[in-house]
Amino acid sequence: MYEIPKVNRFRRWETLFIIHPDRVDEKDSVLEKLKQIIQSRQGDILKLDEWGMRKLAYPIQKRKNGYYVYAEFFGLSDLPKELESFFRIDERVIRYIIVKLDDHYQKIEETSENKEVKHG
Amino acid sequence: MDNQVLLQKRFFPRKKVCKFCADPNLVIDYKKPEILKSFLNEKGMILHRRQTGTCAYHQRRLTEAIKRARIVALLPFVADVEID
Repeated sequence: MYEIPKVNRFRRWETLFIIHPDRVDEKDSVLEKLKQIIQSRQGDILKLDEWGMRKLAYPIQKRKNGYYVYAEFFGLSDLPKELESFFRIDERVIRYIIVKLDDHYQKIEETSENKEVKHG
Repeated sequence: MDNQVLLQKRFFPRKKVCKFCADPNLVIDYKKPEILKSFLNEKGMILHRRQTGTCAYHQRRLTEAIKRARIVALLPFVADVEID
């Protein structure tokens, strides 16, 4: 039978998730776990933005506030599967969303060097 | 004559322009609920294209953005429920 060749394809996503307001002091361990999962898929975090405490539009688990964290990252194509399972199991994360930004992502280092050459 | 006067009174042709086409700096993004809020009514329902004048291309992106914003509690599913 014909075998489909394995291709390591990098993609870029963004995620926005809410940490439980009573357990904000544990947010560092959540972020560490996030980074660990992303790096296990040969990826990295490109941008990390903590929005801080915000009022929710509707109560979640009877809470009216939440700690928002936004992250942009890249990695191999099966990364969101593992991230999703982590978000779903972890009780500190109340709500999450993962959105795909790029189908094909190439590491920036090469392109930035090329740009420099062009400008010079 | 009467008919003509009535017709003239009845119709006020006012051209509605898509906000996002007019202003290219306005980006539809689920992370910016301030922009999306103006396309909801008091109950939190998405307004029809006819009411706001957005073009089909941007309306498609708008509805998707609004639904995403609802998931992460940036916009309400039902606005009747007030949080104190």
